[in-house]
Amino acid sequence: MDEQTLSRRNFLKTSAVTGAVFSLGFYWPVNAKSAKIINKAEAESYGIEMNSWVHIDKTGKVTIFDHRAEMGQGSYQAVPQIVAEELEVNLNEINVAFAQGDNKKYGSQITGGSSTVRGSYKNLLKLSATAREMLIQAAATQWSVDKAGCYAEGGHVFHKSSGRKMHYGELVEAASKLEAPKDVVLKKRSEYKLIGKPLLRLDTPLKTNGSAVFGLDKQIPGMLYAAVERNPRLRGKVKSFDETAARKVPGVRHVVKVKMGVFSTYREGVAVVADSTWAAIQGKKALKVEWDDTGFEHLSSEDIYKRQLEALQTQEGLVFKKQGEPTEIIAKASKKIDVIYETPYQYHACMEPLNCIAHYQDDKLEIWGPIQGPEMVQDFISKEMSIPREKIVVNMTFLGGGFGRKAFMDYPHEAAVISKAIKAPVQVVWTREDDATQGPFRPGITYRCEGVVNNGKIDAFKVKLAGQNTGHWFGGKKDVPNGSASEGFLKPYADSIKNLAIMDVPFETPIPILWWRSVYASTNGFAYESFLDELAHEANKDPLEFRREYLKDERLHKLIDKMEEVSGWQNRKKNEGFGTAITECFESTVGHVVKVSKAPNGGVKIDQVWVVMDCGWYVNPDTVRAQIEGSVVMALGAATIHEVKFKDGMAVDNNFSTYQMPRITDIPPIDIHIMENDEDAGGVGEPALPAFAPALTNAIFDLTGKRIRRLPFSLQTV
Amino acid sequence: MAKITLSINKKEFPMEADPQMPLLWAIRDLTGLKGTKYGCGVAQCGACVVHLDGEAVRSCVTKVSRAVGKQVVTIEGLSQANDHPVQRAWQEIDVPQCGYCHSGQIMSAAVLLRENPNPTDQDIDYGMAGNICRCGTYLRIRKAIHAAADMQKKTATKG
Repeated sequence: MDEQTLSRRNFLKTSAVTGAVFSLGFYWPVNAKSAKIINKAEAESYGIEMNSWVHIDKTGKVTIFDHRAEMGQGSYQAVPQIVAEELEVNLNEINVAFAQGDNKKYGSQITGGSSTVRGSYKNLLKLSATAREMLIQAAATQWSVDKAGCYAEGGHVFHKSSGRKMHYGELVEAASKLEAPKDVVLKKRSEYKLIGKPLLRLDTPLKTNGSAVFGLDKQIPGMLYAAVERNPRLRGKVKSFDETAARKVPGVRHVVKVKMGVFSTYREGVAVVADSTWAAIQGKKALKVEWDDTGFEHLSSEDIYKRQLEALQTQEGLVFKKQGEPTEIIAKASKKIDVIYETPYQYHACMEPLNCIAHYQDDKLEIWGPIQGPEMVQDFISKEMSIPREKIVVNMTFLGGGFGRKAFMDYPHEAAVISKAIKAPVQVVWTREDDATQGPFRPGITYRCEGVVNNGKIDAFKVKLAGQNTGHWFGGKKDVPNGSASEGFLKPYADSIKNLAIMDVPFETPIPILWWRSVYASTNGFAYESFLDELAHEANKDPLEFRREYLKDERLHKLIDKMEEVSGWQNRKKNEGFGTAITECFESTVGHVVKVSKAPNGGVKIDQVWVVMDCGWYVNPDTVRAQIEGSVVMALGAATIHEVKFKDGMAVDNNFSTYQMPRITDIPPIDIHIMENDEDAGGVGEPALPAFAPALTNAIFDLTGKRIRRLPFSLQTV
Repeated sequence: MAKITLSINKKEFPMEADPQMPLLWAIRDLTGLKGTKYGCGVAQCGACVVHLDGEAVRSCVTKVSRAVGKQVVTIEGLSQANDHPVQRAWQEIDVPQCGYCHSGQIMSAAVLLRENPNPTDQDIDYGMAGNICRCGTYLRIRKAIHAAADMQKKTATKG
């Protein structure tokens, strides 16, 4: 068990979780809709190993497992905050441990789709309440009193009338022998003491004194360091290599040819293994390698954009959604909008470059690293290296950013291959240059948007997109449209726009691609919400009023009301530089209003950003706000700076010197509002990203009359 | 390879190292202090900032030989109890998200505050422009540096 520790105030090192006598976990029967709560005895009767989500030992110490990756989004805070609420324990007395990768125990541990809270909170609440009720029952039995006269608070059970109390630690033995009650009553939202409060994060103190262990910080006895020179064209083989100079670098121990699986393709490289990271990097630089990338087309960015445009102009594509007669109406219209929106390939740029430790020994493999998808790693390596899945242990560390890139299998696979070859534990360290140039990247997508407006109404609405489909790389069928073709676009529009078509024009390149924060909504949002703004302008309507008209949904109307209220939308002057956009992503809806003005030295300055998020039920408002702040900054970079450029089949920019990040000097004021309602929880980590870019470019249109249809664009020269 | 001794956080670390090795990798791999982070290797991101005789330097481009005979302070040695005003402010405002860049952010901020105990927003922006945060915690960094400045003043008044 790789435990990272925790009590916020005293940073106690948690002891191993052995000796716990009361623990509850979930059992996930095959095809079941929800998990069943079980104790240890029941687990044994099912013949399964229990996941022990909540553990209480005889001293009353509570240990909770965070089954998801902590990459900044706050699972390390959210999971304990949920559990502590119904379990009735103090948050600062809880130890949090990262669970090992085991989806049979924990359900899916893939940390993606902003799913940690929305995917597990109902089960976690029920589990914790069940544990609390069993502890109360144990106390009531011991005191020979009615359970109804007892209650739990702060890790104790109290008897109201006599004032007696017992610590959870004194009750664990008796509680563990009870059968879990089937139906426990959960607290109402108004009864919450912890949930909904802006409590400080449990992991923050670990991150202010260097004690948080990220993947790159993990050390295993006898571990060596490896740096790998990989085929720079993203796929392909090593033809030959000369290791003479690399071997001469002091500290270099091994030079081995390696391969990594990238989906169903392979990339080869040469690994230099040394006593220190620096020696490994020096050895890598001294290598001379000849590459064989037969069959890999050497594309440039210009080729990609050109082909996407050609595809959109010559092909109708696969039907994702079609209703009414949009194509016919557009063909006959005397006046129509027919515009192209272009979005670039993006790099994830986690501050912690990719890295992974592997130790292959006696046909077993143990892995430690910053990993978003432990079960994907187990499945992939099991298949690639013919190791039984149960002999692959994946340990989670803190992640220095993830954004989708660390939900992949290539870097753990490569580490495992190297460890097997050198018969020692090894940490593979990607240099920033490796990390920046070797993908997979978010695909760049081109959109053709056609529409007809008559008498202030949308007569026809047609969006076609041409861009790479992540599903194809995971083996998905190629004769079906991209399932994410409308991701980000609010669903109720389709109820109001009678003549509507969304088409996917199949488009492939040999460049491997992957999800990136908010996935397809990150590009779709720009095209759909800019296009809607164009239609609103054509209809001579206020952009928010226009949206309200087409979104016949009370919850969305409330969101729009809030956006108007906080931004002073109604009082703005004509062409003052206000823009807006609303997108939906992972069950949450987010509206942005952006205000821009002309900068004194030319270009445009962002004066203010207002963000309203409707994510339904949420755990910690401060975490929600932090995720919104971060989403705006990431979206600002994506809209105004970032583009992975390809030349001769290789990514051009290889470090922050040319792939520049937004800095503290670039950040506009951000005003954040969270909608309060009793709806189910939606995602938080990603949904605030997609609407920023269109709100910004719509604001620039309002100010200058210039419509920006290609990202990134420069604020300085707009 | 040369035998050298580094003084880090008031402790001596004898080691055998290539004098060309960046201080970053000597700290991380040869002393096992992993709080100082590798982000870019080319002095662009600031994740590797440490104090060398009290000055903020980027350890990824500082040769280890330059640190010999000087006092190195890393994030682990900024305070005994994780309670330097900058650390306390970072905790109270919950600045970090993933946290990876914050060793460097905090080390940069500590020098900024020592040199300028009462910084304006603009001073903070200038002083912190060399540190990248991909999670986008910049607004909180600014707020926390102001809070740390206030704490520092209060402590000074009391003392």
